[in-house]
Parts: sequence; structure tokens; C-alpha cells
Amino acid sequence: MADPLIRMRGITKNFPGVLALDDVDFTLWPGEIHALMGENGAGKSTLVKVLTGAEAFETGAIYLGGAAKPVINHSPQEAQGRGISTVYQEVNLCGNLTVAENLFVGRQPRRAGFVNWREMNRRARQVMEGIGVDIDVGKPLEGYSIAVQQMVAIARAIDISATVLILDEPTSSLNDQEVAKLFDLMRRLKADGLGIIFITHFLEQVYEVCDKITVLRNGRLVGEYAVETLSRTDLVAAMLGRAFDDLAAIQHKAAPVTGESGTPVIAARGLGVRGGVKPFDLDIYEGEVVGLAGLLGSGRTEVARAIYGADTADQGTLDVKGARPKHHPIDSMRAGMAFCPESRKDEGCLQDLSVRENIILAEQSKRGMRLMSRSEQEKIADEYIRLLQIKTASMETPIKQLSGGNQQKVIVARWLATHPDFLILDEPTRGIDVGTKAEIQKLCVRLADDGMAILFISSEIDEMLRTCGRIGVMRDLHKVGELAGDELSSSAIMAKIAGGEADE
Amino acid sequence: MSAVDVGRPGRPSRPGLLGGIWRGLRARFYGNNFLVLITIVLFAAMYIVGIFIYRDKNFGSLNSFFDMLNSNPGLIVIAAGMTMVLVSGGIDISVGSQVAMYCMMLAYFMEHKGVSAATMIVVVLVTGIVFGLVQGVLVAYFRIQPFIVTLAGMFFARGMTAMISPQTIDITNRDFMGLATKRIYFPFGGYTNAAGVYQRPFIYLSVVLAVFALLVVFTIMTWTKFGRNVYAVGGGEQSALLMGLNTRRTKLTVYTFNGLLTAFGGFLFCLFSTGGAVEKAQGFEMQAIASSVIGGALLTGGVGNVIGSFFGVLVQTTITKFINFNGTLANGWSSIVLAAIMSFFIILQSVFAYVRNKRR
Ligand SMILES: Nc1ncnc2c1ncn2[C@@H]1O[C@H](COP(=O)(O)OP(=O)(O)OP(=O)(O)O)[C@@H](O)[C@H]1O
Ligand SMILES: [Mg+2]
Repeated sequence: MADPLIRMRGITKNFPGVLALDDVDFTLWPGEIHALMGENGAGKSTLVKVLTGAEAFETGAIYLGGAAKPVINHSPQEAQGRGISTVYQEVNLCGNLTVAENLFVGRQPRRAGFVNWREMNRRARQVMEGIGVDIDVGKPLEGYSIAVQQMVAIARAIDISATVLILDEPTSSLNDQEVAKLFDLMRRLKADGLGIIFITHFLEQVYEVCDKITVLRNGRLVGEYAVETLSRTDLVAAMLGRAFDDLAAIQHKAAPVTGESGTPVIAARGLGVRGGVKPFDLDIYEGEVVGLAGLLGSGRTEVARAIYGADTADQGTLDVKGARPKHHPIDSMRAGMAFCPESRKDEGCLQDLSVRENIILAEQSKRGMRLMSRSEQEKIADEYIRLLQIKTASMETPIKQLSGGNQQKVIVARWLATHPDFLILDEPTRGIDVGTKAEIQKLCVRLADDGMAILFISSEIDEMLRTCGRIGVMRDLHKVGELAGDELSSSAIMAKIAGGEADE
Repeated sequence: MSAVDVGRPGRPSRPGLLGGIWRGLRARFYGNNFLVLITIVLFAAMYIVGIFIYRDKNFGSLNSFFDMLNSNPGLIVIAAGMTMVLVSGGIDISVGSQVAMYCMMLAYFMEHKGVSAATMIVVVLVTGIVFGLVQGVLVAYFRIQPFIVTLAGMFFARGMTAMISPQTIDITNRDFMGLATKRIYFPFGGYTNAAGVYQRPFIYLSVVLAVFALLVVFTIMTWTKFGRNVYAVGGGEQSALLMGLNTRRTKLTVYTFNGLLTAFGGFLFCLFSTGGAVEKAQGFEMQAIASSVIGGALLTGGVGNVIGSFFGVLVQTTITKFINFNGTLANGWSSIVLAAIMSFFIILQSVFAYVRNKRR
């Protein structure tokens, strides 16, 4: 048998106040897709960063191929030179450069020492066609959706003649078709003998493409398993370190049809934005969790933004608790709304502020100029850190030091802390582990039972079926329908998303 | 529903000739280059207006156009360097003081110490490289804010100028003055003045050198690995690092190269002003930044074009020219108009950013 591509032995890594990796072993063979699983903050990203030299480690050794001598990568560049390419959790490309440049920056085709743009664009087109994405490679990357940017990142990584490809949650912002495309690509690369490390929180995806699973918990290695030998429940138990009360238990007890009576919290009539979402009607009553389903880019987020006033609606009306507030986010906030946006990197978290400051931010700005007392801030921060099980060294830790999933939890906490009457959650569980996902879903249901109205946007239909009593479906910026009660089923939603003529 | 849903939704295309031109322009000057195009159009519009208003004063003659270049060789080079620094996501506010220092070095050592012009030019260029290197090390490896580093550089260079000589020194060195007054005449485009003498248009040698330097910087920024790395670093330093670029070395090179350009620009400035004085080139760094911004550079990095900054210089000079030609307007007006145009550009940039975000 061939030698393993990578052997990591006894890796230990400390961050101030956190033991991120504790004596971890990891082995990757050629032609293998190897899942790295664990809760938020378990150390998955850190293990990968140590391997690629983005972070240094304290003890342990990394062997590449059959070599007896360990190597240390001091920078991602060096790792790349050794055939290890990475696509990180957040898209890490330069939006100001063109697609072609992003693919080739640092290794542009040159003629007589000068960058050969024509050749670069030609090769870029080839590369993108190779993975089945047809776009204008001469345009700046920032003009494209996150999904496309992610595909470009992957194209870049594999084009750098990698022997090892690392994918850190690449699928969290892709839709089903894009995921399928990515998996095809991964299988093809695997057949070529590449080793792929795949980090994800989607269990189904692991069972769909992976050969092996390595589970981490709290920076420690739980074990390495062949996929066939590990059932889902065992996998979840290994990740959480305890048996897991099945998600089905959350099921929203008979969606509260409490509404209908009285005035709705939100009543949109023909609300639309020119060049954005087409006019839609939507009522949301007290105690209700209403879902919005649809493909990526179908207008789910745009509905939320129009209601919140982040996009200025130029048609239709919006009543909030019977009144008609001015249409601006700050007025919406004062009227009791809260909007937790989907892209935490761009809009969500202020990287240099502490966890505490990030949590109290929205509440503070709602209250205006008067500063909240330190003890009050700490009380709120402490409450939500516990409630959402945010894994952080302390509440004063800068948020950029948290793992991806934990950053997401902080953003959710920020909006919960404003105690809104109406809460919009846009992909709140993206990048969050199964355990906490369930906690967030439970929390939504509980908040609704206490009288809050919630608009829940998610790409995972199962998750919405569990939490929502009513689900609106979006297609091509139109609201194409609404399902409630008995009509709610995964296939009914899929059919609506696909369009009337679909026979699914 | 088979292909991957990629990017921007199709917009209804505009019909007709205008629509076609618009689409063509958009494709060619996509996004940020569009700002450069606007600068060029703005400059052309201002100039044409000038030609009409001041037709009795030969505004439209080549002589008048060349005057604008002849009085600004230093700024052309330094604005190009500034653009590069801004694109990398940094800033260099020491360039004005550096120019004063280089002028003083040239004047003092040539006039009072009898050093030859050729030697002094080399000394000045080497000093510039060292100056830039030190600033670059502080920015790239010690991770100190570029503003702070170059603020210190600004005080240091101005202080050194006064240390070399607190007095104003005029340059008389024959070789140097030979370079300074070397004219290249053009066979056409001149005018006959009131006394009936034909005025042949000319540019100084310094302008040729400046334009050459500008083209070198443009080539480097557009067609070399280093140049593209500068754009990547300015567009997202963390991303650039993770893409395997050596961001620190890139930044170090940016500041070092800018040191060289500043020294070269200082030399050209000196060819025009032929002397050294402590208060020379006051506010020069701000003129350079203004040129870059008018030329489409973003202070947040990642966006900018040295050709744009060249037109930024021209726009600024045209404003001054308007005020001078008018003769009755107070000098303050040129700053006020400049402020208005800068605001216009900054607003334009935000509109662009906004439109693009909406598209996403
Ligand atoms: N730069 C840093 N400074 C301090 N602590 C850090 C830093 N980066 C990560 N950590 C800590 O190390 C631990 C492991 O983080 P890591 O990012 O590896 O988690 P993860 O398994 O990738 O989680 P997720 O699923 O949320 O992405 C976390 O507790 C995190 O807070
Ligand atoms: Mg992670």
C-alpha cells in the first residue's frame, strides 16, 4: 500500500486561555475523502491551520508522504509549495481583483517577465469550465454571489496541482445543486489520487461523500472511523460526548394558529423594492415562527431586508403592530424589530471588539446615547454566553479569536438581547454544530411560545419543518406561495420551490 | 434550472445606439476603471470649457497645455507613487517633507560643498530608497500604522532639511541648470503673441523623465507579479496571505519603491524650483493624495490607477489655471473648487460601491 499523504502526530496548540489542540493524531491517505467533525470550537479549523502553517503549534510532528523526517510549514505559501491547498471557512479571496486574477495571483502566466493577461484569462476560463461554472472571468470577483466566490476559491485550490485539498465548511453557503456539483468534483479529484480533508456540520454530506471520519471534541481526538462502521447516532454521540436527544423532539407543538385573531405584528401588503424583491404580502402574528424557503438568491433575504427597512421599499405598505413606522432600520429597531443578518463576516461582527461588546451592541444602539453600566453589560453577555453555549475564553476575548460557529452564535445573541417583539433570523444556524443547532431551534420555539413573532430563513428544509408553523416559499424574487399546518412537508416545499410544473 | 446560478441577475439591456455605447464603455471600463474614465472626461470637459472662455488668452494652445506639465513634473511622479501606496492599503504623508529634504540636499552639497550634480542625484535616489526601506520595515514587519510611521517620517525629513541648512539656497550649478532648462520644442501648436513673435511650444526634459517614470509605475502595477500583489494585499491582506502571497515583503517593497519615486520626484521638483528651502513643498503630500483620489484611488486600498492619478494632477492644475487666467478671482478659489471636485469624486465612489452592493 502507498504511504499516507499526511501523518500528524501528537499535535498540541495553545491559544491564550484555550487549549485548542491537545495531543491530536490525524492521518490522510491518497484517494480518500476524510471528514473532520466536531462541535463549534472543537479545534477543526485550528488543526487545519496548523497543518498549513497559518498557525504555529507547540508540540508534535507532521510527516508528509513516506518521509521519516517531520516537516513544519511556516506559511500557507510553504504548504502550497508542498502540495497542500486550502479553502477556508470564509471565502478568502480579493473581491477587487477579477476572477481570473484570483485564480492565478502569485503564479500568473508570464511572457518575458510580464503578466500575460490574455493567457491568464484563457486558462481561467478553462479552469472554471472544468468545474462546470460558466462566468465572465474578466470581471471583479465581488460582483458575484458568495456561492460563485466559493467555487472560485475551490477552483484555485485544485488548480495549484494539490495532492492534499482542504475544504473548511465550503458548503455552508451553497445550494443543493452547487453542493452536488462540488461533490462530483471531489469524487473526481479523489479518483485522481488526491487526499481531501472535508470539514462540515452537515451529517448527510459526510455520509454522502466521505470515506473516513475523524472526530474531535474540546481539542482532543475522539477517534478515527470508517464511514460504514459509524452510525449517525454514534457519530453525534462521539461529537457531543453524550447521547443526543433526537432532534425530532423539538417539533413545534401544533403550530400556534393563535394568530389570525387580533392585529398581526407584521402586515406587509404589496411590499416591493425596485430592482429587488417583487411585491409580496406577508402577515406574521404574535407567537408564530414563519419560515421562508427558497433557493439561494431567490429573494428570501430581500424580503427580510424590505421588512426591516434595510432596503427602501418603493411600493406597498408595511404595518407594524397596526402602526406604520418610518422605514429605516433604526425606526424598525425602536418599533421592536431585530434582524440577524446572514453574512457574519461582512455585516455581522466587529472583529476587534470583545464578545461582550458585540453582544450588547444592538441593545446599546437601541437605547441611544446613555451608556449601559458595565455590570449590566456583563450580566447580559453572561446570560447569552450560557444560553447559547458560546465557547470563549472569557467575555472580553476579541470575537475574531472565536471559532466560526461561535462567532455566529454571538451575532444571534446580539439580536436576542434586544428582546424584540419581532425577530428576523437569516440562516442563524449556518456553520453551527448539530447540538447547538437544536438548541437554537428550541430557543426559537420557546421565544415564540412566550409571544415573540419570528421570521426564520434557512436553506435546510428539515430545520424549518421542525421550527416553523407556516412557511412562505420564494422563487426568482417572487413570493410564490405559503404552506401551513398539514400541507407542510419537505416534498410540498420542494415542489413549490421548483415551480408549478415540477412533478416531484 | 440546470446551470449553476451565477452572480448578477440579468438586467434588461438598453436599446439603441446610446445603450450600445454605454454597454461597450461599461465592459471596457468595468467597475473601478470607470472612475478613471470619469476623471478623464471631467478633465477634457474642463479643458474644452477653458478653451472657449479664454480663447483670447491662448488657453487652447499647446504652450498652455505644456505649461501645466512643465510646472508639475515632481507631482506627476509622486502622485503615481502615492497611488501605489494607497492601493496597497497604506498611506505616505512624508513625501512633501522628503521633497524639501532632497531639494535642500541637492542645493547645499552642490553649492556649498562642490559635489557634482551627477553624484548628488545618485545620493538623493539612494537616500530615498533607504528612507522608504526604513518606513517599509516599520509598517510591514513591526506592524505600525502607516499613518503614524510616515507622520514620524514627515517630521524627521523636515527637521533634517533645517539641519542641513536653515537658509534658502539657490542652485547655480552649471550641469544641474543645464538639465533644468533643457527644452524640447514642438514644431506645431504654438501661437503668435501680442508683439508678433511666434511662441514655439516646448516641454522641459523633466517632464519627459516624469512621464517615463509614470509609465514605468503603470507597467509595474499592471503587468508584474509584484504590481498585482499590491492590488491583492490592498483588497484584503488576510486573504492575500492565505492565498500564499508574501504580504509583508510586498508592503516593504511598496514603501521602498515609493521612497525611490519620491526621491526621483524630489529631484524633478528641484529641477523646476532650482533651490532648497526649509518650507519647500509644504502640503505637497496632500496634493499627491488629492490627485490619487480624484484619479479614482480608494483610501481603503485595493483600488486605484496611476493613469488616473496623472489626470488627477491635470485636473488640479487646470483649476489653478482657471483661477489664474481669470485674474480677478482670489487664490482661495482654487482650493475651494478642488474641495468641491474631491467631494464630487468621493460621493461618486460611494454611489458606485452602493450600486455594486445592491447587485450582489
Ligand atoms: N486566533 C485565536 N486566538 C485565540 N483563540 C483562538 C483563535 N483561533 C481559535 N481559537 C480558539 O480555539 C478553539 C478552536 O477553534 P477552531 O476555530 O479550531 O474551532 P472549529 O472546530 O473550527 O469550530 P467551528 O465549527 O465553529 O468552526 C476555540 O475555542 C477558539 O476560541
Ligand atoms: Mg472552523
